[in-house]
Amino acid sequence: MSNRIDVKKTYKLFINGAFPRTESGRTYEVKNAKGTFIANPCLASRKDLKDAVVAARAAQSGWNKASAYNKGQILYRIAEMLEGRRPQFVDEIITVTGVTKAKAEKEVTDAVDRLVWYAGWTDKISSLSGALNPVAGPYYNFTIPESMGVIAAIAPESPSLLGLIDAVTPIIVGGNTVIVLASTKAPLSAMSFAEVVATSDVPAGVINILTGKKDEIAPWMASHMDIDGLDISGLSSKAHGEIRIAGAENLKRIYTFKSADPGRILAFLEHKTVWHPIGN
Amino acid sequence: MSYYGLVDGTEASLKKYLASLSGVDQVGADARAAMLATRSIKAASKRWAIDTAISMVDLTTLEGADTPGKVQALCSKAVRPDPTDSTVPSVGAVCVYNDMVGIARAHLDLIGGEHVGVAAVSTAFPSGRASMAVKIQDTQDAVDAGASEIDMVIDRGAFLSGRYIEVFDEIVKIREVCGDKAHLKVIFETGELVTYDNVRKASFLAMAAGADFIKTSTGKVAPAATAPVVLVMLEAVRDFYAMTKVQIGVKPAGGIRNTKDAIKQLVLVNETAGPEWLKPSLFRIGASALLNDLLMQRMKMDDGYYASPQYVTID
Repeated sequence: MSNRIDVKKTYKLFINGAFPRTESGRTYEVKNAKGTFIANPCLASRKDLKDAVVAARAAQSGWNKASAYNKGQILYRIAEMLEGRRPQFVDEIITVTGVTKAKAEKEVTDAVDRLVWYAGWTDKISSLSGALNPVAGPYYNFTIPESMGVIAAIAPESPSLLGLIDAVTPIIVGGNTVIVLASTKAPLSAMSFAEVVATSDVPAGVINILTGKKDEIAPWMASHMDIDGLDISGLSSKAHGEIRIAGAENLKRIYTFKSADPGRILAFLEHKTVWHPIGN
Repeated sequence: MSYYGLVDGTEASLKKYLASLSGVDQVGADARAAMLATRSIKAASKRWAIDTAISMVDLTTLEGADTPGKVQALCSKAVRPDPTDSTVPSVGAVCVYNDMVGIARAHLDLIGGEHVGVAAVSTAFPSGRASMAVKIQDTQDAVDAGASEIDMVIDRGAFLSGRYIEVFDEIVKIREVCGDKAHLKVIFETGELVTYDNVRKASFLAMAAGADFIKTSTGKVAPAATAPVVLVMLEAVRDFYAMTKVQIGVKPAGGIRNTKDAIKQLVLVNETAGPEWLKPSLFRIGASALLNDLLMQRMKMDDGYYASPQYVTID
Protein backbone atom coordinates (compact mmCIF):
# COMPACT_ATOMS: atom_id res chain seq x y z
CA MET A 1 0.00 0.00 0.00
CA SER A 2 1.33 3.41 -0.94
CA ASN A 3 1.36 6.28 1.55
CA ARG A 4 1.93 8.87 -1.12
CA ILE A 5 -0.63 11.59 -1.65
CA ASP A 6 -1.70 12.01 -5.27
CA VAL A 7 0.09 14.85 -7.05
CA LYS A 8 -2.63 16.14 -9.31
CA LYS A 9 -2.04 18.53 -12.15
CA THR A 10 -3.76 21.92 -12.30
CA TYR A 11 -4.80 22.55 -15.88
CA LYS A 12 -4.25 26.23 -16.63
CA LEU A 13 -4.18 28.44 -19.71
CA PHE A 14 -1.12 29.11 -21.87
CA ILE A 15 -0.67 32.81 -22.63
CA ASN A 16 2.54 34.62 -23.57
CA GLY A 17 4.72 31.63 -22.69
CA ALA A 18 3.33 31.41 -19.15
CA PHE A 19 0.63 29.31 -17.51
CA PRO A 20 -1.84 31.70 -15.85
CA ARG A 21 -5.18 30.69 -14.35
CA THR A 22 -8.12 32.41 -16.02
CA GLU A 23 -8.51 35.93 -14.60
CA SER A 24 -12.22 35.16 -14.17
CA GLY A 25 -11.52 32.34 -11.71
CA ARG A 26 -14.03 30.15 -13.56
CA THR A 27 -13.54 26.45 -14.18
CA TYR A 28 -15.61 23.61 -15.61
CA GLU A 29 -15.65 19.88 -15.11
CA VAL A 30 -14.18 17.42 -17.56
CA LYS A 31 -15.55 13.90 -17.37
CA ASN A 32 -14.68 10.75 -19.24
CA ALA A 33 -17.04 8.76 -21.44
CA LYS A 34 -18.47 6.97 -18.38
CA GLY A 35 -19.16 10.22 -16.54
CA THR A 36 -16.31 9.97 -14.03
CA PHE A 37 -14.78 13.31 -12.99
CA ILE A 38 -11.27 13.88 -14.34
CA ALA A 39 -10.20 17.52 -14.01
CA ASN A 40 -11.23 21.17 -13.59
CA PRO A 41 -9.70 23.10 -16.49
CA CYS A 42 -10.08 26.89 -16.84
CA LEU A 43 -13.14 28.42 -18.43
CA ALA A 44 -11.39 31.23 -20.28
CA SER A 45 -13.00 34.69 -20.25
CA ARG A 46 -13.04 37.52 -22.76
CA LYS A 47 -10.21 39.20 -20.87
CA ASP A 48 -8.07 36.06 -21.16
CA LEU A 49 -8.64 36.22 -24.92
CA LYS A 50 -7.70 39.90 -24.91
CA ASP A 51 -4.49 39.16 -23.00
CA ALA A 52 -3.66 36.38 -25.46
CA VAL A 53 -4.21 38.75 -28.41
CA VAL A 54 -1.93 41.38 -26.86
CA ALA A 55 0.76 38.70 -26.39
CA ALA A 56 0.29 37.32 -29.91
CA ARG A 57 0.45 40.80 -31.44
CA ALA A 58 3.64 41.64 -29.56
CA ALA A 59 5.26 38.36 -30.63
CA GLN A 60 4.22 38.56 -34.28
CA SER A 61 6.89 40.76 -35.82
CA GLY A 62 9.70 38.81 -34.14
CA TRP A 63 8.30 35.44 -35.24
CA ASN A 64 7.69 36.77 -38.74
CA LYS A 65 11.31 37.94 -38.98
CA ALA A 66 12.72 34.55 -37.92
CA SER A 67 14.17 32.81 -40.96
CA ALA A 68 12.19 29.98 -42.56
CA TYR A 69 15.05 27.69 -41.58
CA ASN A 70 14.77 28.74 -37.92
CA LYS A 71 10.97 28.38 -37.92
CA GLY A 72 11.37 24.87 -39.33
CA GLN A 73 13.89 23.98 -36.63
CA ILE A 74 11.54 25.16 -33.91
CA LEU A 75 8.56 23.23 -35.32
CA TYR A 76 10.74 20.15 -35.56
CA ARG A 77 11.77 20.74 -31.97
CA ILE A 78 8.10 20.65 -30.94
CA ALA A 79 7.86 17.25 -32.64
CA GLU A 80 10.96 16.05 -30.75
CA MET A 81 9.53 17.14 -27.39
CA LEU A 82 6.16 15.56 -28.15
CA GLU A 83 7.82 12.30 -29.11
CA GLY A 84 9.67 12.28 -25.80
CA ARG A 85 6.44 12.58 -23.81
CA ARG A 86 4.46 10.07 -25.85
CA PRO A 87 3.26 7.91 -22.87
CA GLN A 88 1.73 10.91 -21.09
CA PHE A 89 -0.27 11.91 -24.16
CA VAL A 90 -1.41 8.34 -24.79
CA ASP A 91 -2.57 8.11 -21.17
CA GLU A 92 -4.46 11.39 -21.30
CA ILE A 93 -6.23 10.52 -24.53
CA ILE A 94 -7.31 7.15 -23.12
CA THR A 95 -8.43 8.68 -19.79
CA VAL A 96 -10.68 11.28 -21.39
CA THR A 97 -12.02 9.57 -24.50
CA GLY A 98 -11.84 5.90 -23.45
CA VAL A 99 -10.36 4.80 -26.80
CA THR A 100 -8.12 1.73 -27.06
CA LYS A 101 -4.40 2.03 -26.45
CA ALA A 102 -3.64 1.30 -30.09
CA LYS A 103 -5.93 4.09 -31.24
CA ALA A 104 -4.46 6.58 -28.78
CA GLU A 105 -0.93 5.66 -29.83
CA LYS A 106 -1.84 6.15 -33.46
CA GLU A 107 -3.16 9.63 -32.72
CA VAL A 108 0.07 10.65 -30.97
CA THR A 109 2.18 9.17 -33.78
CA ASP A 110 0.12 11.04 -36.36
CA ALA A 111 0.48 14.23 -34.34
CA VAL A 112 4.28 13.96 -34.24
CA ASP A 113 4.44 13.10 -37.94
CA ARG A 114 2.14 15.99 -38.80
CA LEU A 115 4.42 18.42 -36.94
CA VAL A 116 7.44 17.16 -38.86
CA TRP A 117 5.51 17.51 -42.10
CA TYR A 118 4.55 21.12 -41.31
CA ALA A 119 8.13 21.86 -40.22
CA GLY A 120 9.24 20.92 -43.72
CA TRP A 121 6.90 23.43 -45.29
CA THR A 122 8.46 26.52 -43.67
CA ASP A 123 11.17 26.92 -46.31
CA LYS A 124 9.12 25.62 -49.24
CA ILE A 125 5.85 27.46 -49.05
CA SER A 126 7.14 30.68 -50.63
CA SER A 127 8.59 28.74 -53.56
CA LEU A 128 5.31 26.90 -54.00
CA SER A 129 3.03 29.93 -53.97
CA GLY A 130 5.40 32.74 -54.93
CA ALA A 131 6.18 33.59 -58.54
CA LEU A 132 8.42 35.56 -60.85
CA ASN A 133 5.86 37.17 -63.15
CA PRO A 134 6.59 38.12 -66.75
CA VAL A 135 5.73 41.79 -67.26
CA ALA A 136 5.89 44.07 -70.31
CA GLY A 137 8.63 46.36 -69.08
CA PRO A 138 12.16 46.43 -67.71
CA TYR A 139 11.18 45.04 -64.30
CA TYR A 140 11.48 41.96 -62.21
CA ASN A 141 8.03 41.31 -60.85
CA PHE A 142 7.83 39.04 -57.81
CA THR A 143 4.85 37.74 -55.93
CA ILE A 144 5.67 36.51 -52.45
CA PRO A 145 3.52 35.28 -49.56
CA GLU A 146 3.60 37.25 -46.32
CA SER A 147 2.07 36.60 -42.91
CA MET A 148 -1.33 38.07 -42.12
CA GLY A 149 -0.72 38.80 -38.41
CA VAL A 150 -2.62 37.40 -35.45
CA ILE A 151 -4.87 34.44 -36.23
CA ALA A 152 -7.34 32.71 -33.94
CA ALA A 153 -8.49 29.13 -34.33
CA ILE A 154 -11.07 26.82 -32.84
CA ALA A 155 -9.77 23.28 -32.59
CA PRO A 156 -12.18 20.39 -33.24
CA GLU A 157 -13.65 18.38 -30.36
CA SER A 158 -11.85 15.29 -31.62
CA PRO A 159 -9.24 14.13 -32.27
CA SER A 160 -8.21 16.42 -29.44
CA LEU A 161 -4.43 16.36 -29.95
CA LEU A 162 -4.12 15.91 -33.71
CA GLY A 163 -6.96 18.40 -34.28
CA LEU A 164 -5.18 20.98 -32.14
CA ILE A 165 -1.92 20.52 -34.02
CA ASP A 166 -3.73 20.89 -37.35
CA ALA A 167 -5.30 24.10 -36.08
CA VAL A 168 -2.12 25.67 -34.67
CA THR A 169 0.76 24.63 -36.90
CA PRO A 170 -0.28 25.73 -40.41
CA ILE A 171 -1.00 29.19 -39.01
CA ILE A 172 2.47 29.68 -37.54
CA VAL A 173 4.38 28.11 -40.46
CA GLY A 174 4.13 31.36 -42.45
CA GLY A 175 4.96 33.76 -39.61
CA ASN A 176 1.55 34.36 -38.02
CA THR A 177 0.97 34.01 -34.30
CA VAL A 178 -2.01 32.09 -32.97
CA ILE A 179 -4.59 31.92 -30.21
CA VAL A 180 -6.33 28.55 -30.21
CA LEU A 181 -9.34 27.36 -28.27
CA ALA A 182 -8.80 23.69 -27.39
CA SER A 183 -11.38 20.92 -27.46
CA THR A 184 -13.93 21.60 -24.71
CA LYS A 185 -14.60 17.98 -23.81
CA ALA A 186 -11.00 16.79 -24.05
CA PRO A 187 -8.68 19.71 -23.17
CA LEU A 188 -6.08 17.68 -21.26
CA SER A 189 -3.80 16.91 -24.17
CA ALA A 190 -4.01 20.55 -25.30
CA MET A 191 -2.72 21.80 -21.98
CA SER A 192 0.01 19.16 -21.91
CA PHE A 193 0.86 20.22 -25.47
CA ALA A 194 1.34 23.74 -24.05
CA GLU A 195 4.08 22.31 -21.83
CA VAL A 196 5.69 20.83 -24.93
CA VAL A 197 5.51 24.21 -26.68
CA ALA A 198 6.99 25.94 -23.62
CA THR A 199 10.09 23.72 -23.82
CA SER A 200 10.56 23.89 -27.60
CA ASP A 201 12.15 27.34 -28.11
CA VAL A 202 8.86 28.71 -29.42
CA PRO A 203 9.05 32.43 -28.53
CA ALA A 204 6.52 33.53 -25.88
CA GLY A 205 3.23 34.65 -27.40
CA VAL A 206 3.58 32.81 -30.72
CA ILE A 207 1.25 30.00 -29.57
CA ASN A 208 -1.43 30.78 -26.99
CA ILE A 209 -3.87 28.09 -25.85
CA LEU A 210 -7.21 28.68 -24.13
CA THR A 211 -9.74 26.21 -22.77
CA GLY A 212 -13.42 27.01 -22.45
CA LYS A 213 -16.74 27.13 -24.25
CA LYS A 214 -16.86 27.54 -28.01
CA ASP A 215 -20.18 29.40 -28.12
CA GLU A 216 -18.76 31.93 -25.63
CA ILE A 217 -15.33 32.52 -27.11
CA ALA A 218 -15.92 32.19 -30.86
CA PRO A 219 -18.02 35.39 -31.13
CA TRP A 220 -15.40 37.29 -29.10
CA MET A 221 -12.72 36.03 -31.46
CA ALA A 222 -14.79 37.08 -34.48
CA SER A 223 -15.50 40.61 -33.26
CA HIS A 224 -12.03 41.36 -31.87
CA MET A 225 -10.56 44.09 -34.08
CA ASP A 226 -6.98 42.98 -33.60
CA ILE A 227 -7.38 39.38 -34.83
CA ASP A 228 -6.77 39.21 -38.58
CA GLY A 229 -8.07 35.76 -39.39
CA LEU A 230 -10.09 32.94 -37.89
CA ASP A 231 -10.18 29.20 -38.46
CA ILE A 232 -13.60 27.91 -37.42
CA SER A 233 -13.09 24.29 -38.49
CA GLY A 234 -13.84 23.18 -34.93
CA LEU A 235 -17.16 24.98 -34.75
CA SER A 236 -20.47 23.35 -35.64
CA SER A 237 -21.72 24.60 -39.00
CA LYS A 238 -24.89 25.95 -37.37
CA ALA A 239 -22.82 28.68 -35.69
CA HIS A 240 -20.86 29.68 -38.83
CA GLY A 241 -23.35 32.32 -40.02
CA GLU A 242 -23.31 34.25 -36.77
CA ILE A 243 -19.51 34.14 -36.61
CA ARG A 244 -19.14 35.36 -40.20
CA ILE A 245 -21.45 38.29 -39.48
CA ALA A 246 -19.49 39.22 -36.33
CA GLY A 247 -16.25 39.07 -38.33
CA ALA A 248 -17.55 41.16 -41.22
CA GLU A 249 -17.18 44.46 -39.35
CA ASN A 250 -13.40 44.08 -39.20
CA LEU A 251 -12.98 42.30 -42.58
CA LYS A 252 -11.63 39.20 -40.88
CA ARG A 253 -10.70 36.24 -43.07
CA ILE A 254 -12.74 33.33 -41.78
CA TYR A 255 -12.13 29.82 -43.10
CA THR A 256 -12.91 26.19 -42.44
CA PHE A 257 -10.68 23.30 -43.42
CA LYS A 258 -11.28 19.59 -43.91
CA SER A 259 -7.75 18.25 -44.17
CA ALA A 260 -4.08 19.05 -43.65
CA ASP A 261 -2.66 20.36 -46.90
CA PRO A 262 -0.55 23.33 -48.03
CA GLY A 263 -3.75 25.26 -48.73
CA ARG A 264 -4.26 25.43 -45.01
CA ILE A 265 -0.94 27.27 -44.65
CA LEU A 266 -1.67 29.56 -47.60
CA ALA A 267 -5.11 30.54 -46.32
CA PHE A 268 -3.54 32.81 -43.70
CA LEU A 269 -0.87 34.30 -45.94
CA GLU A 270 -1.26 37.40 -48.10
CA HIS A 271 0.52 37.77 -51.41
CA LYS A 272 2.56 40.84 -52.05
CA THR A 273 3.76 41.81 -55.51
CA VAL A 274 6.99 43.75 -55.83
CA TRP A 275 8.27 45.56 -58.91
CA HIS A 276 12.02 45.88 -59.14
CA PRO A 277 13.79 47.71 -61.97
CA ILE A 278 16.22 45.69 -64.05
CA GLY A 279 19.56 47.51 -64.39
CA ASN A 280 20.72 48.08 -68.03
CA MET B 1 8.05 86.52 -0.42
CA SER B 2 6.21 84.97 2.48
CA TYR B 3 6.55 81.25 1.63
CA TYR B 4 3.15 80.72 3.29
CA GLY B 5 4.75 81.75 6.58
CA LEU B 6 6.49 78.38 6.78
CA VAL B 7 10.04 79.59 6.18
CA ASP B 8 11.63 83.03 5.96
CA GLY B 9 14.06 82.24 3.15
CA THR B 10 17.06 81.58 5.38
CA GLU B 11 18.84 78.24 5.48
CA ALA B 12 18.19 77.92 9.23
CA SER B 13 14.44 78.30 8.86
CA LEU B 14 14.34 75.85 5.93
CA LYS B 15 16.27 73.25 7.91
CA LYS B 16 13.93 73.68 10.86
CA TYR B 17 10.89 73.35 8.57
CA LEU B 18 12.18 70.18 6.88
CA ALA B 19 13.24 68.68 10.22
CA SER B 20 9.69 69.12 11.49
CA LEU B 21 8.33 66.70 8.88
CA SER B 22 7.35 63.22 9.97
CA GLY B 23 9.05 60.26 8.31
CA VAL B 24 7.35 57.93 5.86
CA ASP B 25 6.52 54.36 6.86
CA GLN B 26 7.93 52.60 3.79
CA VAL B 27 6.28 49.24 4.36
CA GLY B 28 2.99 50.94 5.14
CA ALA B 29 3.14 53.12 2.01
CA ASP B 30 3.91 50.11 -0.19
CA ALA B 31 1.08 48.10 1.34
CA ARG B 32 -1.43 50.96 1.11
CA ALA B 33 -0.56 51.60 -2.55
CA ALA B 34 -0.79 47.88 -3.35
CA MET B 35 -4.15 47.62 -1.60
CA LEU B 36 -5.61 50.57 -3.49
CA ALA B 37 -4.37 49.06 -6.76
CA THR B 38 -6.73 46.12 -6.29
CA ARG B 39 -9.85 48.28 -6.69
CA SER B 40 -11.89 47.26 -9.71
CA ILE B 41 -13.47 50.12 -11.64
CA LYS B 42 -16.16 49.04 -14.11
CA ALA B 43 -18.92 50.25 -16.43
CA ALA B 44 -20.10 53.85 -15.93
CA SER B 45 -17.34 54.59 -13.40
CA LYS B 46 -14.74 53.28 -15.84
CA ARG B 47 -16.19 55.41 -18.60
CA TRP B 48 -15.97 58.48 -16.37
CA ALA B 49 -12.44 57.55 -15.30
CA ILE B 50 -11.27 57.15 -18.92
CA ASP B 51 -12.60 60.57 -19.94
CA THR B 52 -11.22 62.17 -16.79
CA ALA B 53 -7.83 60.55 -17.39
CA ILE B 54 -7.80 61.77 -21.01
CA SER B 55 -8.45 65.35 -19.85
CA MET B 56 -5.55 65.01 -17.39
CA VAL B 57 -2.95 63.75 -19.85
CA ASP B 58 0.06 65.95 -20.54
CA LEU B 59 0.72 64.54 -23.99
CA THR B 60 4.47 64.39 -24.11
CA THR B 61 7.23 64.16 -26.67
CA LEU B 62 10.72 64.68 -25.31
CA GLU B 63 13.01 63.13 -27.88
CA GLY B 64 16.18 64.36 -29.45
CA ALA B 65 14.53 63.42 -32.74
CA ASP B 66 11.49 65.70 -32.30
CA THR B 67 10.63 67.69 -35.41
CA PRO B 68 8.16 70.55 -35.93
CA GLY B 69 5.99 68.12 -37.90
CA LYS B 70 5.87 65.63 -35.07
CA VAL B 71 5.03 68.34 -32.53
CA GLN B 72 2.25 69.66 -34.76
CA ALA B 73 0.81 66.17 -35.16
CA LEU B 74 0.95 65.75 -31.40
CA CYS B 75 -0.90 69.06 -30.96
CA SER B 76 -3.64 67.94 -33.34
CA LYS B 77 -4.01 64.76 -31.36
CA ALA B 78 -4.09 66.72 -28.10
CA VAL B 79 -7.07 68.80 -29.26
CA ARG B 80 -9.04 65.95 -30.84
CA PRO B 81 -7.58 62.69 -29.50
CA ASP B 82 -10.00 60.63 -31.59
CA PRO B 83 -10.78 62.43 -34.87
CA THR B 84 -13.79 60.16 -35.44
CA ASP B 85 -15.41 60.96 -32.08
CA SER B 86 -15.97 64.56 -31.00
CA THR B 87 -17.13 63.50 -27.51
CA VAL B 88 -13.55 62.64 -26.52
CA PRO B 89 -12.22 65.54 -24.42
CA SER B 90 -9.00 67.39 -25.23
CA VAL B 91 -5.96 66.53 -23.14
CA GLY B 92 -4.66 68.88 -20.44
CA ALA B 93 -1.55 70.08 -22.21
CA VAL B 94 1.20 69.11 -24.59
CA CYS B 95 4.65 68.80 -23.04
CA VAL B 96 7.64 69.56 -25.26
CA TYR B 97 11.21 70.78 -25.17
CA ASN B 98 11.87 74.47 -24.93
CA ASP B 99 12.55 75.13 -28.62
CA MET B 100 9.26 73.52 -29.69
CA VAL B 101 7.06 75.71 -27.49
CA GLY B 102 6.44 78.39 -30.13
CA ILE B 103 5.62 75.81 -32.79
CA ALA B 104 3.22 73.99 -30.46
CA ARG B 105 1.45 77.16 -29.29
CA ALA B 106 1.03 78.46 -32.85
CA HIS B 107 -0.35 75.17 -34.11
CA LEU B 108 -2.73 74.75 -31.18
CA ASP B 109 -4.11 78.27 -31.72
CA LEU B 110 -4.43 77.58 -35.44
CA ILE B 111 -6.59 74.48 -34.98
CA GLY B 112 -8.84 75.78 -32.23
CA GLY B 113 -6.89 74.38 -29.33
CA GLU B 114 -6.58 77.59 -27.31
CA HIS B 115 -7.79 75.69 -24.24
CA VAL B 116 -4.89 73.22 -24.41
CA GLY B 117 -1.81 74.39 -22.54
CA VAL B 118 1.82 74.09 -23.60
CA ALA B 119 4.20 72.78 -20.97
CA ALA B 120 7.93 73.26 -21.49
CA VAL B 121 10.56 71.24 -19.69
CA SER B 122 13.12 73.59 -18.28
CA THR B 123 16.25 74.20 -16.15
CA ALA B 124 18.57 71.96 -18.18
CA PHE B 125 16.11 69.06 -18.35
CA PRO B 126 16.52 66.16 -17.68
CA SER B 127 19.73 66.31 -15.59
CA GLY B 128 19.44 69.80 -14.15
CA ARG B 129 23.18 70.25 -14.51
CA ALA B 130 23.77 73.83 -15.61
CA SER B 131 24.53 77.22 -14.09
CA MET B 132 21.71 79.24 -12.57
CA ALA B 133 22.02 81.85 -15.31
CA VAL B 134 21.47 79.21 -17.98
CA LYS B 135 18.49 77.75 -16.13
CA ILE B 136 16.86 81.16 -15.79
CA GLN B 137 17.43 81.96 -19.45
CA ASP B 138 16.08 78.51 -20.40
CA THR B 139 12.87 79.24 -18.51
CA GLN B 140 12.61 82.81 -19.78
CA ASP B 141 12.83 81.54 -23.39
CA ALA B 142 9.98 79.11 -22.81
CA VAL B 143 7.75 81.71 -21.13
CA ASP B 144 8.45 84.23 -23.90
CA ALA B 145 7.58 81.63 -26.53
CA GLY B 146 4.18 81.17 -24.94
CA ALA B 147 4.54 78.27 -22.49
CA SER B 148 1.72 78.27 -19.97
CA GLU B 149 3.37 75.65 -17.80
CA ILE B 150 7.01 75.17 -16.86
CA ASP B 151 8.23 71.71 -15.82
CA MET B 152 11.53 72.35 -14.04
CA VAL B 153 13.89 69.72 -12.68
CA ILE B 154 15.55 70.14 -9.29
CA ASP B 155 19.27 69.80 -8.76
CA ARG B 156 19.29 66.26 -7.32
CA GLY B 157 23.00 66.47 -6.58
CA ALA B 158 22.42 69.44 -4.29
CA PHE B 159 19.38 67.83 -2.68
CA LEU B 160 21.09 64.53 -1.97
CA SER B 161 24.14 66.26 -0.46
CA GLY B 162 21.91 68.21 1.90
CA ARG B 163 22.22 71.63 0.25
CA TYR B 164 18.48 72.13 0.48
CA ILE B 165 18.70 75.91 0.43
CA GLU B 166 20.22 75.77 -3.07
CA VAL B 167 17.31 73.73 -4.33
CA PHE B 168 14.89 76.05 -2.55
CA ASP B 169 16.44 79.22 -3.99
CA GLU B 170 16.45 77.72 -7.45
CA ILE B 171 12.72 77.01 -7.31
CA VAL B 172 12.05 80.52 -5.94
CA LYS B 173 14.02 82.10 -8.78
CA ILE B 174 12.31 80.04 -11.48
CA ARG B 175 8.96 80.86 -9.87
CA GLU B 176 9.80 84.55 -10.30
CA VAL B 177 10.61 84.03 -13.98
CA CYS B 178 7.25 82.26 -14.48
CA GLY B 179 5.44 85.18 -12.85
CA ASP B 180 1.73 85.01 -13.54
CA LYS B 181 2.27 83.79 -17.10
CA ALA B 182 3.08 80.17 -16.36
CA HIS B 183 2.30 77.51 -13.79
CA LEU B 184 5.36 75.92 -12.23
CA LYS B 185 5.72 72.16 -11.95
CA VAL B 186 8.73 70.90 -10.01
CA ILE B 187 10.20 67.56 -11.07
CA PHE B 188 11.99 65.56 -8.36
CA GLU B 189 13.14 62.54 -10.37
CA THR B 190 12.04 60.29 -7.52
CA GLY B 191 13.97 57.36 -8.98
CA GLU B 192 17.15 59.24 -7.99
CA LEU B 193 15.94 60.41 -4.57
CA VAL B 194 16.08 56.80 -3.33
CA THR B 195 13.89 56.99 -0.19
CA TYR B 196 10.26 57.96 0.45
CA ASP B 197 11.50 60.27 3.22
CA ASN B 198 13.42 62.22 0.57
CA VAL B 199 10.34 62.35 -1.64
CA ARG B 200 8.28 63.79 1.22
CA LYS B 201 11.02 66.26 2.07
CA ALA B 202 11.39 67.38 -1.55
CA SER B 203 7.61 67.77 -1.82
CA PHE B 204 7.37 70.11 1.16
CA LEU B 205 10.45 72.01 0.08
CA ALA B 206 9.06 72.61 -3.41
CA MET B 207 5.58 73.53 -2.18
CA ALA B 208 6.94 76.10 0.28
CA ALA B 209 9.15 77.55 -2.46
CA GLY B 210 6.13 78.25 -4.66
CA ALA B 211 5.52 75.21 -6.86
CA ASP B 212 2.02 74.94 -8.32
CA PHE B 213 2.53 71.26 -9.08
CA ILE B 214 4.93 68.60 -7.87
CA LYS B 215 5.94 66.02 -10.47
CA THR B 216 7.55 62.63 -9.99
CA SER B 217 9.94 62.14 -12.84
CA THR B 218 11.43 63.19 -16.12
CA GLY B 219 10.51 59.91 -17.81
CA LYS B 220 14.20 59.35 -18.51
CA VAL B 221 14.96 57.39 -15.33
CA ALA B 222 13.40 54.16 -14.06
CA PRO B 223 11.69 53.59 -11.66
CA ALA B 224 9.48 56.60 -12.33
CA ALA B 225 5.92 57.15 -11.14
CA THR B 226 5.46 54.09 -8.94
CA ALA B 227 2.22 53.94 -6.96
CA PRO B 228 3.84 54.34 -3.49
CA VAL B 229 5.81 57.40 -4.61
CA VAL B 230 2.65 59.02 -5.95
CA LEU B 231 0.91 58.10 -2.69
CA VAL B 232 3.63 59.83 -0.65
CA MET B 233 3.37 62.95 -2.81
CA LEU B 234 -0.43 62.99 -2.57
CA GLU B 235 -0.18 62.71 1.21
CA ALA B 236 2.25 65.63 1.12
CA VAL B 237 -0.18 67.88 -0.81
CA ARG B 238 -3.00 66.80 1.50
CA ASP B 239 -0.96 67.68 4.60
CA PHE B 240 0.24 70.92 3.02
CA TYR B 241 -3.39 71.85 2.34
CA ALA B 242 -4.21 71.23 6.01
CA MET B 243 -1.37 73.57 7.01
CA THR B 244 -1.89 76.38 4.51
CA LYS B 245 -5.30 75.95 2.80
CA VAL B 246 -3.45 76.01 -0.53
CA GLN B 247 -4.06 73.22 -3.04
CA ILE B 248 -0.96 72.02 -4.87
CA GLY B 249 -1.25 69.72 -7.89
CA VAL B 250 0.49 66.40 -8.48
CA LYS B 251 1.79 65.03 -11.77
CA PRO B 252 3.03 61.47 -12.03
CA ALA B 253 5.04 60.92 -15.20
CA GLY B 254 6.85 57.95 -16.67
CA GLY B 255 5.78 54.33 -16.75
CA ILE B 256 2.01 54.94 -16.89
CA ARG B 257 1.27 53.16 -20.14
CA ASN B 258 -2.22 51.70 -20.00
CA THR B 259 -5.72 52.46 -18.83
CA LYS B 260 -5.41 50.20 -15.82
CA ASP B 261 -2.34 52.12 -14.59
CA ALA B 262 -4.11 55.45 -15.15
CA ILE B 263 -7.23 54.36 -13.26
CA LYS B 264 -5.04 53.16 -10.38
CA GLN B 265 -3.61 56.67 -10.22
CA LEU B 266 -7.11 58.17 -10.07
CA VAL B 267 -8.02 55.81 -7.22
CA LEU B 268 -4.89 56.94 -5.36
CA VAL B 269 -5.89 60.58 -5.80
CA ASN B 270 -9.47 60.02 -4.67
CA GLU B 271 -8.47 58.03 -1.61
CA THR B 272 -5.48 60.14 -0.56
CA ALA B 273 -5.81 63.81 -1.47
CA GLY B 274 -9.57 63.56 -2.01
CA PRO B 275 -12.05 63.98 -4.87
CA GLU B 276 -11.37 67.75 -5.05
CA TRP B 277 -8.04 66.83 -6.63
CA LEU B 278 -9.69 64.87 -9.46
CA LYS B 279 -9.48 67.62 -12.04
CA PRO B 280 -6.87 68.66 -14.62
CA SER B 281 -5.96 71.80 -12.68
CA LEU B 282 -4.74 69.65 -9.76
CA PHE B 283 -3.79 66.30 -11.26
CA ARG B 284 -1.98 65.55 -14.50
CA ILE B 285 -0.49 62.43 -15.96
CA GLY B 286 2.64 62.83 -18.05
CA ALA B 287 2.50 60.22 -20.80
CA SER B 288 2.72 59.48 -24.49
CA ALA B 289 1.66 55.87 -25.11
CA LEU B 290 -1.11 56.03 -22.49
CA LEU B 291 -3.47 58.12 -24.61
CA ASN B 292 -3.77 55.44 -27.30
CA ASP B 293 -4.68 52.80 -24.74
CA LEU B 294 -7.28 55.10 -23.18
CA LEU B 295 -8.78 55.67 -26.63
CA MET B 296 -8.81 51.93 -27.38
CA GLN B 297 -10.54 51.19 -24.09
CA ARG B 298 -13.06 53.92 -24.82
CA MET B 299 -13.76 52.43 -28.27
CA LYS B 300 -14.21 49.04 -26.64
CA MET B 301 -16.78 50.44 -24.22
CA ASP B 302 -18.68 52.07 -27.11
CA ASP B 303 -18.49 49.21 -29.61
CA GLY B 304 -18.58 46.23 -27.26
CA TYR B 305 -15.53 44.57 -28.74
CA TYR B 306 -11.78 44.98 -28.35
CA ALA B 307 -10.11 47.58 -30.52
CA SER B 308 -6.93 47.26 -32.55
CA PRO B 309 -3.89 49.55 -32.33
CA GLN B 310 -4.27 49.90 -36.10
CA TYR B 311 -7.22 52.25 -35.46
CA VAL B 312 -5.27 54.86 -33.46
CA THR B 313 -2.32 56.97 -34.53
CA ILE B 314 1.21 55.71 -33.90
CA ASP B 315 2.51 58.88 -32.22
